[in-house]
Amino acid sequence: MSRSLKFLAPISAAIIIAAPVLAQQTLGLGRDALPDEIAAWDIDIRPDGLGLPAGSGDVWTGEEVFVDKCASCHGDFGEGTGRWPVLAGGAGTLSNADPVKTIGSYWPYLSTVYDYVNRAMPFGEAQSLEPDEIYAITAYLLYMNDLVDDDFTLSDENFLDVEMPNAGSFYMDDRAETELLIFATVPCMENCKDSVEITMHASVLDVTPDVADEEEAVVEEAAAEPAEAPTVALDPVLVGAGEGAFRQCKACHQLGEGATNRTGPVLNGMIGRSVGSVDGFRYSGVFHEAAQAGEVWTQESLAAFLADPRGTMSGTKMSFRGVRDAAEIEALIAYIQSFDG
Amino acid sequence: MSEIFKGMKPSRRNFLKGAAASGAALVGGTNAAKAAGDPAILEKQPWAQFLGAGVDEAPYGVPSKFEAHVRRQNVPWLTADPVSSINFTPLHELDGIITPNGLCFERHHAGVAEVDPSAYRLMINGLVDRPLVFTMQDLMRFPRENHVYFLECAANTGMEWAGAQLNGCQFTHGMIHNVMYTGIPLRLILQEAGVKTAGKWLLPEGADASGMTRSIPMEKAMDDCLVAFKMNGEALRPEQGYPVRLVVPGWEGNMWVKWLRRIEVGDQPWHHREETSKYTDLLANGQARRFTWEMDAKSVITSPSPQMPITHGPGPVVMTGVAWSGRGTIPRVDVTIDGGMNWHEARISGPSLNKSMHRFYYEFDWDGKPLLLQSRAHDSTGYVQPTKEQLRSVRGENSIYHNNGIQTWAVDAEGVAENVEIS
Repeated sequence: MSRSLKFLAPISAAIIIAAPVLAQQTLGLGRDALPDEIAAWDIDIRPDGLGLPAGSGDVWTGEEVFVDKCASCHGDFGEGTGRWPVLAGGAGTLSNADPVKTIGSYWPYLSTVYDYVNRAMPFGEAQSLEPDEIYAITAYLLYMNDLVDDDFTLSDENFLDVEMPNAGSFYMDDRAETELLIFATVPCMENCKDSVEITMHASVLDVTPDVADEEEAVVEEAAAEPAEAPTVALDPVLVGAGEGAFRQCKACHQLGEGATNRTGPVLNGMIGRSVGSVDGFRYSGVFHEAAQAGEVWTQESLAAFLADPRGTMSGTKMSFRGVRDAAEIEALIAYIQSFDG
Repeated sequence: MSEIFKGMKPSRRNFLKGAAASGAALVGGTNAAKAAGDPAILEKQPWAQFLGAGVDEAPYGVPSKFEAHVRRQNVPWLTADPVSSINFTPLHELDGIITPNGLCFERHHAGVAEVDPSAYRLMINGLVDRPLVFTMQDLMRFPRENHVYFLECAANTGMEWAGAQLNGCQFTHGMIHNVMYTGIPLRLILQEAGVKTAGKWLLPEGADASGMTRSIPMEKAMDDCLVAFKMNGEALRPEQGYPVRLVVPGWEGNMWVKWLRRIEVGDQPWHHREETSKYTDLLANGQARRFTWEMDAKSVITSPSPQMPITHGPGPVVMTGVAWSGRGTIPRVDVTIDGGMNWHEARISGPSLNKSMHRFYYEFDWDGKPLLLQSRAHDSTGYVQPTKEQLRSVRGENSIYHNNGIQTWAVDAEGVAENVEIS
């Protein structure tokens, strides 16, 4: 008896220690998230207004910010350039053969606009906008979609008053009722139809990419322009730093083999080239003027432009605030020059 | 032979190049004795005479140089910029059920985030008892599981809603891959933080410059979601979310948030951009379905197909393809070679796993006459893959996502295959 008690005592002690852990079913891994850490990452906004910061912005300010930071892809009036998203118009088209799904015609909640602009825009420079700028852009988007007048100011106080016109047109997945049972039938296996006709050929549209042709084109181009050794010896460390800094340019500009004009022109061989001279790129007026005046890109002129794009080339459609750090500018130019060959 | 078929169009030029290079007779029995001996046998080949590369030549091995044509490819006209775009898995070149990591299609919204694992943090916040932060080392101390799942983009086959458009199963069906994930059941991580009673929804968020977010109901999170860090045994590839991604089995790929940095618990969904503006299904009447998470049962014949014509002439043909369902397994696949007049049950080979790709085969003796090839998947719920017409009768033609209609390849007398629709 005494023997078994000796054995029981430590066992029950162990149970008492283990019990709280078992009740919580935790492993005790990780650490508490600090309030400022949560605040830094928890930026999401919900339709009920949860997460909206204090702030406000009006339509006219919104237009300025939009033209500055958004229009190079979305167009001055949200019409979209190239295949970038159209943001305005399309009301009443959702049941047409070619529906135009925009913020005004399709999006059910305004909070989605604020959240998305805040977390992901401008493309390539995410989370750089201040709350007042986002309220202003959102107000301008509402204005472009004919949902508010031009004297409208949007703020955290009146945000929930704005109703989106298409909010009532969404409903929960109903495939269980409308599709699953209908399609779950025993299918025919033999003599299921008398004849079969081809009703459409993909080759009629002919939109399949053809790799072989692309490869040939690249090879021909490379052969036509034999590479020359760079005339300036570049500091590889500086070039490496420039490669990192170039990330902020990549959304619009390409460099290197196979580079093409995107939202911005190709930058290969930029130093020593006439300003505004890349074939096939549609420059803003100020670049045409510089080209006619015979201006040429030098390290000095490029450094000045990068430091203050709109100050040096007033009217440029490049929506970029500029680079403050002189060392970063030097690195960027070295990186661009490394593609001069 | 197949390296000749770099061109994706089933053009006559490419076809003839392929047939000539194959060295096989286009017509007649291929087992007839040749008039002259085969130089591939009679002449000494360099690899049979000289020494090859030693070990360590490629510390991380790469495919044979003769397989250089097997690669992901995008459709440049589809998106504005390759930084926010998609490419396609070369399904026509693959066999079995596992997709090699380097061939898994990519879809990014702001390019590939290069996350340093030493600076990686996963935060759990919102309606939890204890908001927590985990490092990679913390995550490695949770119990982990291995599961093979397909990941299909909801937009897979989306370009085909209005009719046959692209010639090649890579382009019509290549927004899918199937790999084995190693990861932590999400419920274990949630239990660690303690979900409050009101917590019914999750918002996983990516660390990339798009800050990808989706709302996921708590039942799914507690059921089979994984916080994964390995694919096919090795670390996730950067383009697949290195170092950590969410796995949401059977549900649309957009929800499998890559570069996962945060999971918030809430009492209602967030209705963010990717679940309102995108990934909702606009029907013909202008109304739209939301939260169409599950991927319906689907299949496609990967060979013969436009990128994989028949180059050997009449005789035995191996027809093969893949099938999958977001609701379970695929117990049966039917195939037809006459456009659906008569169907045959295909042979499934390889493991039949829940919410994973299945591989099927149908071998037949080709008489050299034109063929109309289709496959039709049945899933373990009794659902049967519908025709495109059946789908359009319910959804109209304005949908983008969840097109799981039966695919048709027309093969002509020369073996060239084309994407078509039939009556």
